[in-house]
Formats: sequence, C-alpha cells, structure tokens
Amino acid sequence: MKTIFLIAKKSLARHALSSSVTAGSLALACGLVIGVFSIERQAEDAFVTGAPGFDAVLGARGSQLQLVMNSVLHLDTSPGNIPYSSYVEMRDDRRVKLAVPYAVGDNYKGYRVVGTTKELLTEFEYDEGTGYTVMSGGRVFNEDKREAVIGSQVARKTGLRVGSHLHFEHGTKEDVGHSHDEDYVVVGILEPSNTPVDKVLWVPLEGMYRLSGHVLRGSGEVYEPTAAEEIPDEAKEVSAVMLAFKSPQTGFQLSQQINGGKEMTLAWPIARVMALLFEKIGWAHKVLGLVAYLVCVVGAGSVLASLYNAMNERRREFAILRALGARRATVFGAILAESTAIAGLGAIGGLLVYGVVFTAAAEVIRTEAGIVMDLWQYHPSLWMAPVGVTLLGALAGVIPAMKAYRTDVADHLVPHS
Amino acid sequence: MALLQLSNLIKRYPKPEGGKQVVLDISSLQVEAGEQVALEGSSGSGKTTLLNIIAGILTPDSGSVQLAGHELTKLSESARDRLRAVHIGYVFQTFNLLQGYTALENVLLGMAFGSGQDLDRAHALLERVGIADKASHLPSQLSVGQQQRVAIARAVANRPSLLLADEPTGNLDAGMAQQALALLRETCEEVGAAILLVSHDPAVLDSFESRHSLTELNRAAHGGGVA
Repeated sequence: MKTIFLIAKKSLARHALSSSVTAGSLALACGLVIGVFSIERQAEDAFVTGAPGFDAVLGARGSQLQLVMNSVLHLDTSPGNIPYSSYVEMRDDRRVKLAVPYAVGDNYKGYRVVGTTKELLTEFEYDEGTGYTVMSGGRVFNEDKREAVIGSQVARKTGLRVGSHLHFEHGTKEDVGHSHDEDYVVVGILEPSNTPVDKVLWVPLEGMYRLSGHVLRGSGEVYEPTAAEEIPDEAKEVSAVMLAFKSPQTGFQLSQQINGGKEMTLAWPIARVMALLFEKIGWAHKVLGLVAYLVCVVGAGSVLASLYNAMNERRREFAILRALGARRATVFGAILAESTAIAGLGAIGGLLVYGVVFTAAAEVIRTEAGIVMDLWQYHPSLWMAPVGVTLLGALAGVIPAMKAYRTDVADHLVPHS
Repeated sequence: MALLQLSNLIKRYPKPEGGKQVVLDISSLQVEAGEQVALEGSSGSGKTTLLNIIAGILTPDSGSVQLAGHELTKLSESARDRLRAVHIGYVFQTFNLLQGYTALENVLLGMAFGSGQDLDRAHALLERVGIADKASHLPSQLSVGQQQRVAIARAVANRPSLLLADEPTGNLDAGMAQQALALLRETCEEVGAAILLVSHDPAVLDSFESRHSLTELNRAAHGGGVA
C-alpha cells in the first residue's frame, strides 16, 4: 500500500498542472452540487417553515401567493387594497389573537415603507417568546407623529440613525415616483431579526394616509385627506391585514368564509402558500441540479481523460515497476489511488467552492428577501456530494487503470533482440 | 540443485507475414547459487528474450525454467511476479531508472515488492555504490555513471538470488564500464547473488571465468527456424 501511494504521489507531482485543473473542475462540480441542494433546502426552510409568526394574510381578491409575497416577504406588488373596516372586523373578532394592518406604496432608497400600528412592534412575536426589539437609544414610533422605526438592514445600508430625517418616495421601487414633502424622523432601529422585517421602514398607518398625493378609496369614492380634518374610517383602506389566530380552526373557518366570496382573499396557512412558491419554481431547482450533476460527469470525464492521456508516456514506468516485481494489481491500484486522490482534492476544494457560492447566494437572498442563511447548517449534501465526487472520480480512474493493468512489460521495457 | 536450470527452452514470436519465428531454442543452461556467468550475445541472439523468460516476464512456448526450486512455466503470472520480486535483480543497458523518482526512491522501489521498503538499507546501498550524496537527485540530475550505480543498488536492494544484467555497461565508456562491472560483481558477492550477464563486449566477457556463447547455445540463432 505504501508503494501504491508513493507511485500515485509521484505521478500527481509530475502532472501537477493537469491534476490541479482536473481537481479544480471536480471542486466546481462538488461545490455546485452542495450549493444547489443546501441553498434550496435552507431557502425553503426559511421561507416555508420559518414563516413569520402570523397565521394568515387578508388582502384584496387575487393570488394568495402574491399576497404573501407582498406582505410577508415584502416582495412583488400589492394585489390591491381592502377597506379599513375589514381590518377592524378582524381586530374585533374574538377568534383572532392579533390583527395588524399594512399599508404599502412608498419606499426610501428602494426599501419599502410600510404603514402599520404599533402592535407589530410591541405585541407581535415572530418566534415563540420573541418579538421585535428596538435598539437602545430608540423607541417605537408615536402613531400621531411623522416618525419611523427602521429595520437593521435599512440602517446598515442607508446609514440612517436615530434622529435622521428622511423623505419617502412614491412607489415600491426607487426612482420611479415623486418624493413626498413630509419630513419623517427615525426614532428607533430594530435589532436584527433575520426576517424580512429587517429591510422595511415602519411608520404609523395614519401617516401613510396623509402623505402628499395619497388618496383613499375605502368607501369607493376618492377621498383626499387634509390636515385639518380627521379621516373617516369609511374612507380608509389597507393593503393587507396580518392575522394571528387563537386556534387553527379559525383559519379554516375564515378561509371558507372569505375565499368563498368575491371581495377578499385569505392566504392561509402562510406556510402552505409559501410551499406553493417552491412547487412553482421546482423546475428551476431541477435544472440547476441537473447542471450540477452534468458538471460532475464532465469533471469525472476530465479525470479519465487526464489519466488516460498520460498512460502512453507512463507505460515504460509501469513496465519497469513490473520488472521490479510489481503485480498488475499494484499498477492498477496506483492509478486508482491517483484518480481517487485527484477526486478527493476536488471534493475538499468543493467545500471551499460551496463556501464561496453559498456566501454570495446568501448575501443576495438576505438583501432581497431579508432571510439569513447559515453556511454551517447541516445538510446531507455536505458529505454526500464530496463522497460521491470522490467515488465518481475514483471510478473514472478504472479505464486508465485497466490500460495500465494490461501494459505488456517486455514490449515497453526494452526492444526485442 | 542449480539455482537456475533451463531445459529444452523454445520461444516463438509471430511474424508479420504470418506464422511464427523461433527466436530462442536452448537445450540446457544452468547457473549455480552465487555463480557469476557471462553470456556472449550479439544483437539478434535472443538475449533479452532469454533474460525476460528467466525473470518470468515472458513465458516460453515449451521447455522448463527452474528458478530457486520453482518451475516458472507452471506458475501463475502473479506467482511469477512474486518470485521475481524476491529472487531476481535486473540491470538494464538503458538503466531503466524511474524518471520522476529520486535515486533513493528508485532503490526503495527495488525492494518494495519483495522484502518491503527499508530506508536504512536503501541509504546504505547508495553509500556502497558511492553516491550517498546524490540520494535526493532525480536520474536526470545524475551523470550516466551515477545512473548506472543507482541501477546496481536498485538491482541488489531485494537481496536477490540471481541478478540478470542485460548489456549493463553498454552505455558506458571503457573506463567507467570496468568500474561499473567491478561494482556489480562485488555487490552481488556481498549479497550472495549469482549473476547471469549478457554482453557483446569482449572486455566484459573476458573478466568472467564462466562464460558461454549465446549464439552457440541458441540453436535458433543459427539461421532460425519457422514453426
């Protein structure tokens, strides 16, 4: 065995460049396989099972997925508004533990501004026993003032601090609408929650209604708020109402009741709706997986080609080794050891590639969806892919090893006399 | 009992135009343990084929090859490999050193398949052949004479019963050839190995008391035969 390793080591050293390139291609393949499966699993877990403490979302008639994307992940456009009275109705329903209204439609440097009530920041628990916390030095907004509490990611990316003044822009994307005149002040920054909330600016619902240029159609008629008068509830509207129920039966009952009608949609349960998203994009995952597997096959092919091409120049070496007493199996084993070593190096490199791919993907997902993923979270692909790539690479060495095995000693040692 | 005993040995090779050519036809040859025998063989006399058959690399078409009490023609290939690893040392005209391996590693490989790698012995052998300071050198970094010394050290590394030498001085100048030959014979004496050397160099052949003409021994060399 010691001799087999010596032979394999020597060949690796002599063919360092081609071995490195081959190991590199396997590393890429291995890293992609781990990345595709690990990132997909973590993303799905984060989006589906790690849903945000609310049980359901009530919104305008339309796609449940769009409603959830818009109100939970703060992505996509709002399917429309519903009357404020729908929120009041839910808030006052004894089966509902918490109802929080959202009003969307503005942004600050591309980050969404959401009008809501302070219950979101004081009563809501996004995880059992864990609610949003304002960092020291800040506080929750006063619902009667032009104040904002901002997510940690917003603070980090925009440089806003407690006391900073800002003006919102109309629309949910940067530079597409006009800037509002109203001057808001940041009164608090939320501790990172690793949820989409981190990328949102939270302001009082009333304030959203009163932004310049905003009109309300809660009653069906256009109503333009003025500073002098209180806005009648009939005129108010909200984009969505986030709901937490006292029991799961409530979700079923309300779903039957609301979704049977024609005015509103209840997205319930949120996790199931999010799972639909992953079902819809499942084909993309399959394509990525297929690409990763193909890269693996190409990598294994490069091991085969690299070793096979070196066989002609190495026949004399094998003949000499055989003349020294090496068995055919020893020569065969040396080539397999070499292909396994290349593949093993590729597998180790694959973990590094995975680290890079994951870090890049995680940053994109964190920025776009506010979801934080953990590089070190266990996934079977973390060991299955390196082991699989090593075995595949070793297998690719069988054909060159057979060629070495069949080397005719007398023909390649010295010419016949 | 002789260390090596050949009887009625015949080896044929296919001819390009069909049929087979007898290249080796030897009725008898024996080498005693520790004996040093030289075979005079010119090009085409079948010397390399003969040595490869004795080493178990090739098998004869008929006849008997007895080495250290083993009938080679009755052994499997892996058994012949094992016998070669334990009993045979081989020195080639072109040295056949492994190019990517240092002098020390070449010597270690000489014993790897027999008694196993012994680093101390490998160093001692390199010292014995006078190139201890070149242990970490690759063959390409050694002179021709130094390469031959490594080849000799490697050939005796497994303490063989029989050392086969195929034109071992063919690539050396006259002065260096005598030195190499003396070293080869001395080291074989020290390890108790017999030598069967083939050469066409009279200076080499004259230094052996026991010598035969392969051209005379090999009946196929007198005009050959077609089988």
